[in-house]
Amino acid sequence: MASTQVVARGAIEPRATTGLWREAWGRLRKNKLAIVGLIAVSILMLAAVFGPMIAPYPYDFPDKEALKAYGFKPLPPMTAGHLLGTDQLGRDLLSRLLDGARISMTVALVVQFVVLFIGVPLGAMAGWFGGRVDSFVMRFTDVVYAFPDLLFIILLSVTLKDTPLGQAMDGLLLVFIAIGLTSWVTVARLVRGQMLSLKETEFVEAAKAIGVSDRNIVTRHLLPNGNGPVIVAITLGIPGAILAEATLAYIGIGVQPPRASWGYLVADGEKYIRSSPHLVLFPAICIAVALLSFTFLGDGLRDALDPKLKGKQ
Amino acid sequence: MADADQDIPALERATIIEVTPGAVEEMHRPASTSADGRRREQKADVLLKVRGLSTHFFTPDGVVRAVDDVSFDVGYGETLGLVGESGCGKSVSALSIARLVPDPPGKIVAGSVIFDGIDVLKLNDDGIRKLRGKEIGFIFQDPLTSLNPTLTIGYQIAEAIREHMGLPEKAAKDRVVELLSKVGIPRARDRLNDYPFQFSGGMRQRVMIAIALSCDPKLILADEPTTALDVTIQAQILELIERLSDEFGTAVLLITHDLGIAAGMCDRVNVMYAGRIVETATVDELFETPQMPYAWGLLDSLPQLDDVRGEKLRTIEGMPPLLINPPDACRFHPRCPYARDLCRQDEPELTRRGNDLHLARCWATEPGGWIA
Repeated sequence: MASTQVVARGAIEPRATTGLWREAWGRLRKNKLAIVGLIAVSILMLAAVFGPMIAPYPYDFPDKEALKAYGFKPLPPMTAGHLLGTDQLGRDLLSRLLDGARISMTVALVVQFVVLFIGVPLGAMAGWFGGRVDSFVMRFTDVVYAFPDLLFIILLSVTLKDTPLGQAMDGLLLVFIAIGLTSWVTVARLVRGQMLSLKETEFVEAAKAIGVSDRNIVTRHLLPNGNGPVIVAITLGIPGAILAEATLAYIGIGVQPPRASWGYLVADGEKYIRSSPHLVLFPAICIAVALLSFTFLGDGLRDALDPKLKGKQ
Repeated sequence: MADADQDIPALERATIIEVTPGAVEEMHRPASTSADGRRREQKADVLLKVRGLSTHFFTPDGVVRAVDDVSFDVGYGETLGLVGESGCGKSVSALSIARLVPDPPGKIVAGSVIFDGIDVLKLNDDGIRKLRGKEIGFIFQDPLTSLNPTLTIGYQIAEAIREHMGLPEKAAKDRVVELLSKVGIPRARDRLNDYPFQFSGGMRQRVMIAIALSCDPKLILADEPTTALDVTIQAQILELIERLSDEFGTAVLLITHDLGIAAGMCDRVNVMYAGRIVETATVDELFETPQMPYAWGLLDSLPQLDDVRGEKLRTIEGMPPLLINPPDACRFHPRCPYARDLCRQDEPELTRRGNDLHLARCWATEPGGWIA
């Protein structure tokens, strides 16, 4: 999400006509796969925002009439006004998928926000101060990195289930935060590495020589220099977060019925996989499309923002 | 003088006296003493007083004495040159004055730096930050890497102004435009939103000068400001520094390895070798009667217009010594064609040659020496 905003700014804002972003946008535009990813991501985002308005039914509305007419089995696609069919309770699959898009895109946003919020300050601190602060922060990230993610998320969700945090957003917010808490490590390491190399540059010395405070050097001089790779890492981290949420939903953690995320829909439809494969197929396609489009976009952004890397892989 | 001493706490005064014999104090008077209205308001007699400054680097291989017991003064509005080969401590001296030596591994281990009556080495972090950029400007060697590639020229010039002068945004912008015009950037207002990559090397050094001058500093430390530029641009930049330092009444500490530049720009010159000042003189005297074989060597190495075509350029044989545990002897003796046993045993002091402004560190040219 952050990435699409930034790219758009480069294209629209007239003052940036000569800047880094315009150049990056120029390179991104030439990358067909990335543009496909960008379009797919935009569609998913639109679906997430406007889904409930365009959905033919509320996601939890059971179409009992149609269900009865069809002998209390899940409706196949293209029947009785249900474009993608219904589940065993007569709930419209398209409407449920649109609501699921909302959940998946919220995952993308909230998790990456948590990642930025924790990873960037910690990485910046470690890299800028070095020495003991660095060792301490980096050992801490090693611990987080070594800890089994799924176990941590499950434990956190179970322990905090009955608190207000556990109840927020139908139980989803807690899962998002838990995923975020396990995935900031990459960004922290990335930012630290950049700090370490950038703080030796002469323009930092020059900034010190005119009396710029440490805080301003870090926030104005160093972080903007490194935000390309961070944007890429964030974009490429989104599929992981979506997948983590789907996995958790599949094993029954997170979203509470009647709401359903794509992972939950897959788990729910599994029981009818022989008679009604569409109940698994469509949510699985949604997950795959979301993962691929974010990955394409992320790859494209990496090539666009750091042309030096291109061709080296 | 009395006024100046009252501004320095007793403890620090004691330090100064300890590291400098009174005679040296007297001899370090700056050359230019033109009195104008501005001068009378100022509290110290010299702008910058460096005494016994020693900056060492603590490396795994040992202690590098990059700057070893260096003392000099810079008067208000004066241009002082600091010349010498690479690795003789020129840049570290300048960095030490603004306390910009990277620590670790570097550390200022002894001495004092009194800037405009303020003991720089005793300031806290906030105090030194307020001095940097506001009172002391810095021009670095390589303008290509000294500007942040992701920030606009306008932002980077305004940075010090914003940090130190507290001007409203509009006034700060006007000042940036004025500065850019002063350093000779055409259509300054249109170029505020440009990025460094849109500027040529010479233009970027002009921008660096604008940054250095942005808060009207009393002193500019120019660390080889033209080394990275080609010769024609070099002349323009030097002319610009000279003109603007005159206009703003700014003192300049010019670091260079090029005696030609020092000759054109400076009032006085300090010659440094192996972390020490080996000769100090007014620029005319240094060129007419140099008193230290190293200074002769540097002068001799300058290409002359009447050099015979095809003749090899003259050099000083050998390399500057490593500054880990330098010998307790004249540091130049291994390369000195006039060296005798005395030079290998004892290090000479900086002593007078002819007048109070001309000091040299050489046994051979001392009164009674074998060259004098």
